[in-house]
Amino acid sequence: MNLTLKIWRQKDPQDRGRMVTYRVEDVSPDMSFLEMLDVLNERLILEGDEPVAFDHDCREGICGMCGMVINGVAHGEQVATTTCQLHMRHFEDNAVITIEPWRAAPFPVVKDLVVDRSSFDRIIQAGGFISVPAGSAPDAHSVPVKKEDADNAFDAATCIACGACVAACPNGSASLFTAAKITHLSLLPQGQPERESRAKAMVEQMDAEGFGGCTNTGECTAVCPKGIPLDTIARMNRDYLRASK
Amino acid sequence: MTMNYTEGAPIRDTKAPEGPIEDRWEKRKFSAKLVNPANKRKLHVIVVGTGLAGGSAAATLGELGYNVTSFCYQDSPRRAHSIAAQGGINAAKNYRGDGDSIYRLFYDTVKGGDFRARESNVYRLAQVSVNIIDQAVAQGVPFAREYGGLLDTRSFGGAQVSRTFYARGQTGQQLLLGAYQALERQIAAGTVKMHTRHEMLDLIVADGRARGVIVRDMVTGEIERHTADAVVLATGGYGNVFFLSTNAKGCNTTAIWRAHRRGAYFANPCYTQIHPTCIPVSGDYQSKLTLMSESLRNDGRVWVPVKKGDTRPAAQIPEDERDYYLERIYPAFGNLVPRDIASRAAKNVCDEGRGVGPGGLGVYLDFADAIRRLGRDAVEKKYGNLFEMYERITGEDPYTQPMRIYPAVHYTMGGLWVDYDLQSTIPGLFVIGEANFSDHGANRLGASALMQGLADGYFVLPTTIGDYLANGPYGEVDEDAVAEAETAVRQKIERLLTNDGTRTADSYHRELGKLMWDYCGMERTEESLRKALERIPELREEFWKNVKVSGTADELNQALERAGRVADFFDLAELMCIDALHRTESCGGHFRAESQDADGEALRDDENFAYVAAWEHGAEGPVLHKEALEYEYVKMTQRSYK
Amino acid sequence: MTATIERGNATASINPPGDATADKKTPRRRGGFLNSSPGKKAVMAVTGAVMVLFLVLHMAGNLKSFLGAEEFNAYAASLRTLGEPILPHRTLLTVLEIVLAAALVLHMWAAITLARRAGRARPVRYAVRRKSQAGGYAIHAMRYGGTAIFLFLIWHLLDLTFGTVNPAGGSGTPYERLVEGFAPSRWWVTLFYVLAVLAVGLHLRHGLWSAFQSLGQAGRRSYRGLNAFAVTVSVLMVVGFLAVPAGVMAGVIK
Repeated sequence: MNLTLKIWRQKDPQDRGRMVTYRVEDVSPDMSFLEMLDVLNERLILEGDEPVAFDHDCREGICGMCGMVINGVAHGEQVATTTCQLHMRHFEDNAVITIEPWRAAPFPVVKDLVVDRSSFDRIIQAGGFISVPAGSAPDAHSVPVKKEDADNAFDAATCIACGACVAACPNGSASLFTAAKITHLSLLPQGQPERESRAKAMVEQMDAEGFGGCTNTGECTAVCPKGIPLDTIARMNRDYLRASK
Repeated sequence: MTMNYTEGAPIRDTKAPEGPIEDRWEKRKFSAKLVNPANKRKLHVIVVGTGLAGGSAAATLGELGYNVTSFCYQDSPRRAHSIAAQGGINAAKNYRGDGDSIYRLFYDTVKGGDFRARESNVYRLAQVSVNIIDQAVAQGVPFAREYGGLLDTRSFGGAQVSRTFYARGQTGQQLLLGAYQALERQIAAGTVKMHTRHEMLDLIVADGRARGVIVRDMVTGEIERHTADAVVLATGGYGNVFFLSTNAKGCNTTAIWRAHRRGAYFANPCYTQIHPTCIPVSGDYQSKLTLMSESLRNDGRVWVPVKKGDTRPAAQIPEDERDYYLERIYPAFGNLVPRDIASRAAKNVCDEGRGVGPGGLGVYLDFADAIRRLGRDAVEKKYGNLFEMYERITGEDPYTQPMRIYPAVHYTMGGLWVDYDLQSTIPGLFVIGEANFSDHGANRLGASALMQGLADGYFVLPTTIGDYLANGPYGEVDEDAVAEAETAVRQKIERLLTNDGTRTADSYHRELGKLMWDYCGMERTEESLRKALERIPELREEFWKNVKVSGTADELNQALERAGRVADFFDLAELMCIDALHRTESCGGHFRAESQDADGEALRDDENFAYVAAWEHGAEGPVLHKEALEYEYVKMTQRSYK
Repeated sequence: MTATIERGNATASINPPGDATADKKTPRRRGGFLNSSPGKKAVMAVTGAVMVLFLVLHMAGNLKSFLGAEEFNAYAASLRTLGEPILPHRTLLTVLEIVLAAALVLHMWAAITLARRAGRARPVRYAVRRKSQAGGYAIHAMRYGGTAIFLFLIWHLLDLTFGTVNPAGGSGTPYERLVEGFAPSRWWVTLFYVLAVLAVGLHLRHGLWSAFQSLGQAGRRSYRGLNAFAVTVSVLMVVGFLAVPAGVMAGVIK
């Protein structure tokens, strides 16, 4: 396959940035999207140009490091798929593909397609944990957990913090990310003691980071590679309202 | 035979306490000096890496009150490659009442490691395994549960008891997030200072002690010095020396290799685990291999056509023309034989010309029977996410046609040599998780990597490092040592950037990886290893002359990051081959074609090789120090899974 | 391979110097329910619910016009005498009007502050116009639709409540104003009305279930039911409100 790529290039956070057009030829349909960019980068290096910087690591859809907006859609149009798991067989020969970084004020561009998502870590720091020092835990079977609750907690806990939800949200909201963690921990008996303080602190941190509010558009869950459901946000709202009483 | 190494003094003391094996860890915990709580804040510990081992260690040390600085090369500590572990975590809980016990987990691990691991370490690992599950559950790790609300377990690669706890196919992710959350809690509390997008490029050794690290801020390019009273490396394995592996793209050997260059011994570098169930290579652009959890072997049946060169689609091959070779050769364990055996069996049938798929490098993993027996829904519940992943990558539907799998490099049992306290040969340098060599011998059992990483990080290191720190603080760090390390780092970067060559670092890495896979991969011979040892230095020389790195040092420069890592892989590759060449026996993940029994099984040579090979870096080439392995509890036998 | 720079113009605003590289301090959290985004959404949900209840009553009242001038005018008058003789004339109605006005103001305040926050969170647009992956049509019309409804509301009050712009004038009976208001000669007013009612329908289509979500009263099991509820209520509202102008046009109401 031959492709035309329009890629956002931005040297550093201060640079204005611009779209640059590249041609790549002889792309195999079995390549992953990132492997296709690898090919481009190898050529750029040999020409003495700087390769297109993009975040990636595990390349098996679980570390959450990769992510770019492909033709206007976070992680591309293939549903429930991270960029690294997107394969070129889903594109047509001679297609024009536009590649942009996540766009949100709390995700400033570091370089090209790389953005700074440390705001997510700070939301977790605010309360996305259960306080339990190593060695102090009771036997794992001392508290049974309803299978349904454990399963639902797991579904929420599969969030990989890639940031696609923020990138896709017209409000730049981090509600799905924040709610996924709140839901995971608030469904489990172990998470009950800190349930309300956690919801309050994490929501306040999310707002403080400059993310927008949720207007229930559902764009987040539609692009989420792990299909985190929207009801997590309802639960976050419930826990937050309870904590604010 | 010409020697490419010299032999030094054997290692006699591993610091493991004497006495009955079940009491040794208790003894060590009691004998370890305690640090006055008021002093802990004054003691500074650097932890490099934030996977299961590093993340849990940094969090626990922070909780204990030490002053911790943590580094990771990713943009968040939550992304370390432990996150990709699928199958599960072993623990001797015996919740099933199926005859499991600490002793049995210990026994299975020593045997599974083909009698090349230390009994004391492995026993401690089995003991601590129980606490890990408790800790993880209390942290909110959503393990799979049964309808009664209790934890579910499954049996996993090579085990006949059901001791593997899991969270669907994402156990590593859930455990890592537990450790990550604990770490973030400490960051918020101010006990841990986190530096993301920082890569360790050298170790500072002053007055014979590890006193800090030189790191590069990967965003600004700034070279930073960080000093401390102790340094913990939790930087993972070096499987990426093969270029194609199931490791993350960023996984590298630089941290441990630099430490090795500064005096830490490197143990058993040739022990490489090849995982039997990975998605086969599809083309030469391939950047990494994807593992399919070994748990698939619980319900999938492995087969190839009986006839050579049979290119019919799987569905058209009748039952009597299929060879379920694992069930045939190993009737007792069938599809659940340990990884090294399953991998080599796959290689053998492919070498016979019976492989399937493009290039004939693949075998079928068939779920037709399981779907018939359990129904599609049940199979989907158990393996849905893995099937989806397979479909996404290959474009084939595993519900209707068998998966194609092939072995791939997955884990490295070798690593920096550590004593019972997880301290390397450099005082003050501790090494945990996959980065050390300690617990898996020549082969790691499935679901034991997560167990070891967390055992080291939550329970072992926080105790043993206290013994070292109790004698601290160690005062000012010699400025010359720091400057020397920093200069070395700057020179290397300068050299890579000024080289105006014609090939990229990746292309050299690819070539090195292929060379290692062909000559030092699943099967090694003296001839292949000698060839590799001839070729590696040539290629390395060419690399340094001809590599091209664009961009500058003081910016985010991914080409530079890669080139630096590849340079260290070259050196490591050479040591791996020397180790593999010197160990003329076969054991676990190290298969020397010259050493096999009549059935083609790995043949150990306990008389000559029942030792840990710990390599010291020497100006005149590597120096071998042998640590003899003694087995008081588990009788050394030839492994048999028939 | 050559790289051709196609567009020199940035769609991105420039990050403030040192933004990504400076040693970042954790932004300070601000407490306060009304400052928080879920708090604002809760305000929006509750005030929205108040207005929906009003609309239901309003619609029921409107439909009285089918019963004739007398019934309709009596109904209109009874609104003013509501609560009498315990309360003075027009007390309850005034209270209700104040509640409604407050709900409207708070609803808009929440909407405007959330929209401004969203604008700050997403200062840069994508070069490729994003497509809705969620596939909701009503969702993306909330802000424009809401504004349109507000503008209509002003006209509507001037037209039928105060009679300022009504041909029947402020002194006509409510029934006269209604019939005159939808007179065929003023087809453009009727068209405006129809469009506004449709906008209300769309607004409720999303707003109704969204209110449950914002108040944390939605869940995986109730989404289908809530959506059906939202569709049913918005369709009934549209039909109910459009029945009156249709009646006038058809000459049933005259």
